[in-house]
Amino acid sequence: MPRVNEPSRVLLDAGSIAQAVQRMAREIAARNPPGSDLVLVGIQTGGEQLARQLAHQLAALWGGAVPVGQLDISMHRDDLDQRLAPKVYPTAIPFDIADKTVVLVDDVLFSGRTTRAALDALNDLGRPRRIQLAVLIDRGHRELPIDADFVGATIETAAADRVDVQWGGDPGAAKVVLEKPAGA
Amino acid sequence: MRWTRKDLLDLQSLTVEEITTVLETARAFKAVGERVIKKVPALRGRTVVNLFIEPSTRTRISFELAAQRLSADIINFTAEASSLKKGETLKDTARNLEALNADFIVIRHSAAGAPHFLARVLEVHVVNAGDGAHEHPTQGLLDIFTMLEKKGRIAGLKVTILGDILYSRVARSNIWGLQKLGAQVTLCGPPTLVPRSFEGLGCRVTADLNAAIESADVINLLRIQHERQRQTMFPGLGEYTSLFGINQARLAATKPDVLIMHPGPINRGVEVDSDVADGPRSVILEQVTNGLAIRMAALYLINGGKSPQELAAETARGAS
Repeated sequence: MPRVNEPSRVLLDAGSIAQAVQRMAREIAARNPPGSDLVLVGIQTGGEQLARQLAHQLAALWGGAVPVGQLDISMHRDDLDQRLAPKVYPTAIPFDIADKTVVLVDDVLFSGRTTRAALDALNDLGRPRRIQLAVLIDRGHRELPIDADFVGATIETAAADRVDVQWGGDPGAAKVVLEKPAGA
Repeated sequence: MRWTRKDLLDLQSLTVEEITTVLETARAFKAVGERVIKKVPALRGRTVVNLFIEPSTRTRISFELAAQRLSADIINFTAEASSLKKGETLKDTARNLEALNADFIVIRHSAAGAPHFLARVLEVHVVNAGDGAHEHPTQGLLDIFTMLEKKGRIAGLKVTILGDILYSRVARSNIWGLQKLGAQVTLCGPPTLVPRSFEGLGCRVTADLNAAIESADVINLLRIQHERQRQTMFPGLGEYTSLFGINQARLAATKPDVLIMHPGPINRGVEVDSDVADGPRSVILEQVTNGLAIRMAALYLINGGKSPQELAAETARGAS
């Protein structure tokens, strides 16, 4: 049982993350027939690692490499006039997304605003056949009508909590941590 | 690191981390310019005013395109067609522009410090697009960006700036930026245009062209600025060319991978021969492409920046 008044606790350890990623890959494979024009696009920076791991799993299931790209959404955010300019990471999508099935990948789904920005950013790069959304953690508190197609784990959180996915250097060090705000 | 500055006024006051942040951000914006759709919504609904009190074509167009690619609205204000001719002060002109809810003022002015003055008296974001012989920070940044892209590093790079240093804001911005990032800067030209006092900034100063270019990794050529020279600083353009002009024969005595740079506009046949300016070692047109990326990055970063007072107030709120 989770205990209250604890500043931070581990929600998922490395083993649970690996299981969740495997299950998500199987679900993606079940939804999209083998040989379908599927590409993975990780949102910088949290989705990049998950996109790579999903690609690795899908390659094993399908017996062929799955293209992986990374997308930065800073320039498409809707709050740029209210904050310091966010750091811009490279967008590297070394393939054409037109007419592909794009699986957009992020670590945590929260307000949905990052996903909205990502949809806009993708739209500037081409017109995919369809876009599906895969997230490791769905923590609720949506502010936009956005939902994920593939979810590793759904977690109940308070709006002020922080959910931090730490991939660590090696697969055994990965974990998902919930941090309560100081003084809560 | 996070960019917090409201304005971009000079490279002298920037930290190494701030310069690096602009360079890294510009890399992402350069990629935007290579796409089919070259526009992003980062400054949607914002207004940029190009306030050019001194003539300029390429810098003004570069800022104009940068603002448009960020989805901002832009208006151009030039001295020839302005109320400045009727005696309005710079401060009044700028405050009128601010009253129209402009969010950014990009200023070029013949007086050093004019952008700093506006940044103090206005709440809008101010970008220095060249102030007298003081600084031209976006030009300095795009030069450094180009060197970094081509050479992979700035630290330890030998950069020779050749020509009219005395009147050049491009030279000063290059000197500040390059030295902060660890390059070795050599200045060369007629002694009247390259005063020894620049040694005080840590540069090597020489009038010996061969010594200046033989081991250089980069030769940044400056335009001889006829319009700024109030008195004759050298006997004539012909003599300048024969002593300091870069031609194929002189290029043969440099490193085989030396970069030839020039901020433009080029005086062909004066500071550089056409076959060198258009040759394989020249990156002059790439500088123009990179300038657009640097200006997009600068506008994007300062859009989120705040004045020191606002930042202090926010920090105080966060701590309470």
